[in-house]
Amino acid sequence: MKPKSSILDPALIRPAILDSFKKLDPRVQWANPVMFVVLVGSLLTTFFTFAHFTGFNLQLTLWLWFTLLFANFAEAMAEGRGKAQAATLRKMRTTTLARRLVKDREEQVAASELAKGDLVVCEANDVIPGDGEVAEGIASVDESAITGESAPVIRESGGDRSAVTGGTRVISDRIVIRITSEQGNAFIDRMISMVEGAKRQKTPNEIALGILLVSLTALFVLAVFTLPAFAHYSEKAAGQSGVVNVTIPVLVALLVCLIPTTIGGLLSAIGISGIDRLVRRNVLATSGRAVEAAGDIDVLLLDKTGTITMGNRMAVAFHPAPDIEEGYLAASAQLSSLADETPEGRSVVVLAKEKFNLRAREMHELHAEFIPFKAQTRMSGVEIPASDVQPAVSIRKGAAQAVQNHVESLGGEFPIAVTRIVEEVSRRGATPLVVAEGRKTLGVIELKDVVKGGMKERFAQLRRMGIRTVMITGDNALTAGAIAAESGVDDFMAQATPEDKLRRIREEQAAGRLVAMTGDGTNDAPALAQADVGVAMNTGTQAAREAGNMVDLDSNPTKLIEIVEIGKQLLMTRGALTTFSIANDVAKYFAILPAMFGGLYLATGAARGPLSALNIMGLHSPESAILSAVIFNALIIIALIPLALAGVQYRAVGAAQVLRRNVLIYGIGGLLAPFVGIKLLDVALVALHLA
Amino acid sequence: MEERDFLQLGIYLLALVAFTPLLGRFMARVFNGERTLLSTPLGAVERGIYKLGGVDATREMSWSGYAGAVLVFNLVGCVLTLVQLMTQAWLPLNPEHLPNLPFPLALNTAVSFMTNTNWQAYSGESTMSCLSQMAGLAVHNFTSAATGVAVVLALIRGLTRRQAGTLGNFWADLTRSTLYVLLPLSLIFAVVLVSQGVVQNFRTYDTATLVAPYETEVAKNDAAGQPVKDAQGNAVMEKKRVTEQVIPQGPAASQIAIKQLGTNGGGYFGQNSAHPFENPTPVSNFLEILAIFLIPSALVYMFGVMAGDRRQGWSIWAAMCALFLVGFAVLWWAELQPNAATGLAASLEGKEVRFGQFGSALFATATTDASCGAVNTMHDSLSPLGGLVTMVNMMLGEVVFGGVGAGLCGMLMFVILTVFIAGLMVGRTPEYLGKKIEAAEIKCAVVAVLAPCVLILIGTAIAVSCEAGPGTINNQGPHGLSEILYAFTSAAANNGSAFAGIGVNTNFFNCALAAVMFLGRFAIIIPVLAIAGSMARKKASPPSAGTFPTTGATFTLLLLGVIIIVGALTFLPVLSLGPIVEHFLIQAGRIF
Repeated sequence: MKPKSSILDPALIRPAILDSFKKLDPRVQWANPVMFVVLVGSLLTTFFTFAHFTGFNLQLTLWLWFTLLFANFAEAMAEGRGKAQAATLRKMRTTTLARRLVKDREEQVAASELAKGDLVVCEANDVIPGDGEVAEGIASVDESAITGESAPVIRESGGDRSAVTGGTRVISDRIVIRITSEQGNAFIDRMISMVEGAKRQKTPNEIALGILLVSLTALFVLAVFTLPAFAHYSEKAAGQSGVVNVTIPVLVALLVCLIPTTIGGLLSAIGISGIDRLVRRNVLATSGRAVEAAGDIDVLLLDKTGTITMGNRMAVAFHPAPDIEEGYLAASAQLSSLADETPEGRSVVVLAKEKFNLRAREMHELHAEFIPFKAQTRMSGVEIPASDVQPAVSIRKGAAQAVQNHVESLGGEFPIAVTRIVEEVSRRGATPLVVAEGRKTLGVIELKDVVKGGMKERFAQLRRMGIRTVMITGDNALTAGAIAAESGVDDFMAQATPEDKLRRIREEQAAGRLVAMTGDGTNDAPALAQADVGVAMNTGTQAAREAGNMVDLDSNPTKLIEIVEIGKQLLMTRGALTTFSIANDVAKYFAILPAMFGGLYLATGAARGPLSALNIMGLHSPESAILSAVIFNALIIIALIPLALAGVQYRAVGAAQVLRRNVLIYGIGGLLAPFVGIKLLDVALVALHLA
Repeated sequence: MEERDFLQLGIYLLALVAFTPLLGRFMARVFNGERTLLSTPLGAVERGIYKLGGVDATREMSWSGYAGAVLVFNLVGCVLTLVQLMTQAWLPLNPEHLPNLPFPLALNTAVSFMTNTNWQAYSGESTMSCLSQMAGLAVHNFTSAATGVAVVLALIRGLTRRQAGTLGNFWADLTRSTLYVLLPLSLIFAVVLVSQGVVQNFRTYDTATLVAPYETEVAKNDAAGQPVKDAQGNAVMEKKRVTEQVIPQGPAASQIAIKQLGTNGGGYFGQNSAHPFENPTPVSNFLEILAIFLIPSALVYMFGVMAGDRRQGWSIWAAMCALFLVGFAVLWWAELQPNAATGLAASLEGKEVRFGQFGSALFATATTDASCGAVNTMHDSLSPLGGLVTMVNMMLGEVVFGGVGAGLCGMLMFVILTVFIAGLMVGRTPEYLGKKIEAAEIKCAVVAVLAPCVLILIGTAIAVSCEAGPGTINNQGPHGLSEILYAFTSAAANNGSAFAGIGVNTNFFNCALAAVMFLGRFAIIIPVLAIAGSMARKKASPPSAGTFPTTGATFTLLLLGVIIIVGALTFLPVLSLGPIVEHFLIQAGRIF
């Protein structure tokens, strides 16, 4: 499910060309008023050309139709890319039979006949027939069809890993699944309809931009169609007749050049490709609105575990008690951890090896007995019976208070120095584990939650983008503060309960901020629903997935940052192309106005009228000028399709910098580019004897 | 371009920059209901007015309630003036026994003064009785300006309040702006004007014997006062020897003060501020130009104060000032150029020699920038490029300081459009002062920005297409088109200045321009109030590094870009057939 096609995949071009013609249907064009005006203009010009055939009119007519086709092509390409993904997805929608459980009896039904609440059985190699929750059992499931991740995942009843997705395959064991969504409304169906753009509703910002574009179009219709009145008045005033060229094709040419066809033609392609970019990153949004909201996010709520830190506490240092060698402490700590299969235990072994090159010893060779961690003792350890080489050894490691009690119960003394080390380590936000051998306290292992690499830079980037990150953790304030400082987040919530999260989101929103968060557990659901952008992990519960407005199929919490970038890119692309489109108009006036009015007030004996002075590009003739402007207008749509599909380049810098850069490229660039383009086209037309 | 001109320009800008925060801060206090110097003497008057009108000044209005109050107040005022003008012969204070106005002229005048346009299809001294001037027109000078202030106050409250349903009380805003701002300023300014020689009396008109009598041709009238026509339908002219001059009198200073301060522009005399009794000295000229920008400029500062960030105000102010200076530079330069067609070194036709090119150019720029419409020079006689500047100033929507209140409203509409287009480019849905700009606001802003454009284009197109328009034009060639275009531009922008050169006291122009003035006013006020209403309800998000900055040079330049591009794209075609082609023709020595 990770099609890595280039922006203009040749395989997509052919159907897109076909679609471009199909989309000439006025009912399709009506949805896009700017292009509908072009359609009406093209039709008028075509009729006019039949009545007054000239080579010029013919060329003009053709290029007007090309303008429409190019805009259609842009949309068809965007849709085509979505459809290609949808087709891949659709293959996964199984037509295989489901084993429905009715009163403990299995029956074979088509997957499409399953209803919400049905129970189905899946065993190894069965394809899960629909979205649901594991009601019973545990199984490993291959979800690579959806996530692209090849390692199978565990799905079990109850808890936070109970959701399964239709189209994935059970690899081992047997589970009973309760179907939670109606057919046609399952995950894959929603995904397909989103990427195909079938159910794509215009987002609020698209609607607002649409209003602006329609208004500009209306204004230009007015500006162009009041021109004949002024022109005829001027002819009369100049005592001339028939010198102003205000025939239908010329007026339509001027109109089409002025109305924002560039953005009008590319607007829906931009929207579709925004969703498409999300899907490419394995994020499924339930609405385009959510993508747009992602661009506006002011605050990110991130879970500490798994997002900011590796999620496991690791041993980072040995602090020996006075009179104890650090190497001895390390050796004892290693010994006590050899049989400890927890990540913490393993990390002690690893650290001992790294620091003192202590090799892991075989437990059974030592006849050692492992004492596992118990909630009552809050210690683990090892008992090694006396042997030829050494006397009996009893090592314990655990929380400071527990070890102190243990040592003192054996008549030993817990050194003040160790207490101080414990306090010191705690203050740093790390976890101290005290190691004791018999009644002798050896020292402290410092365990720390390790912050993932590169997070600090990432948060700094976000800060420059104006986004604050808030770390959420169940740790106490001390630990949380230390990790927050190390990872560079702006704020943290310690000992956070789901209610705290919800309250925090409401507070931020009340202050006018937009909040995004990720979550996976059922208890995250209210917060996910409350957040403006709630990204549920695909490994999460069905409740969490229903509550959020996006699902990350990779279950990667840092994905939120990419989602924000995609949202911003989408809005930026719209703004940039709108600016470009409007800025383009200036040059077109300088091409077409002298072409229309160049002959007015012509002095006897003069070759050109006074308004030819506006022909600052020095275009060859009125015909070549008008044609060049119209051709430029059509070609620029094609030229900008890759930009519309890929989005404008995004860099994580402050708004002021982004603005200056985009204004320079799309504003000033948009002002100047057509002067060059139209001149070049004019030269080409003359060279080809087309005008 | 002499040194003293630059010096005067420098002093002008300094004075403007100095007065802006002073008056702006004062107005912010007044409209926030805080105590000011004037609270003690005028507080009782204010409360008395509320009592008289049965107004509870603390009762806040929703946007529709506010809009309703604006409409009712203005329409009632308009109808009263209409009736007064049509019955002035029977009313007191009519020393010259001037007749009643016919309906089209009365309608045009009433709408014109109600909308702060002050387009005058008549000549004051020969049409209006003293009562009409004082109790009709001068009252509108105050109330139309106060209405503008009230509307912009509602807009500012809408932009700055959070999750609020109301925008203030129109009656209180109207009363306060009249009582604390317009009246005191006018009083002071009128006294200053009198010191310069502006008349303020109720005398019958003086007659003076001319030192140098002259002969002229005038249209011959029959016994009924109708012009006599010959067989071809042309007016029959007769020779007339002029030996004496009638010198009009009246309460001019009081009306001139408010016509400048309230950006009304309707002169007491037909010649407006070119008349020696309206604008006698270079000092009065300087002060009248300063008065035009005084309140509009201070309102921008007041906006900054109310928005809690003065830079918000100054950034907009900078855009306004830049447009003013560029326009002035072009106009002044154009007037100093030798006239290729006549061979004269500089164009002084239509200018008062007491003001010269500089004083005339500065006045012409300010009056067209600020929707004032008072004139001290004949705009029809400006060079083509000079005329172009005056038209462009108005076509941009009267946002270069603009009319009292209306100018800032218009500018804020452009700000909303700028924020929307450019704001997208920073990758956030656009917001202004922390509030999201969505479909509803864009719809209203677009109506407010484009309404004058539509009115100008359609009005001019109709006028040039039917006989009623060109029939009254004195000039042929492209200048005729400019004259019609100017008339509709002035009306749609609620400016009121005239290019003149066409007879506008015809039924066609009186009615068409009345409609354009009305729509040009309320097609902006209503959407502005609607935006205020919808913005007031929104939450405001605090600014962050990711927010589109609406202060600073980048924003000011963007705002300028949007204003100029919208204006240029709309009007370049028609302007190219008017002043632009005329410029090229004059360069080639061709006149019509």
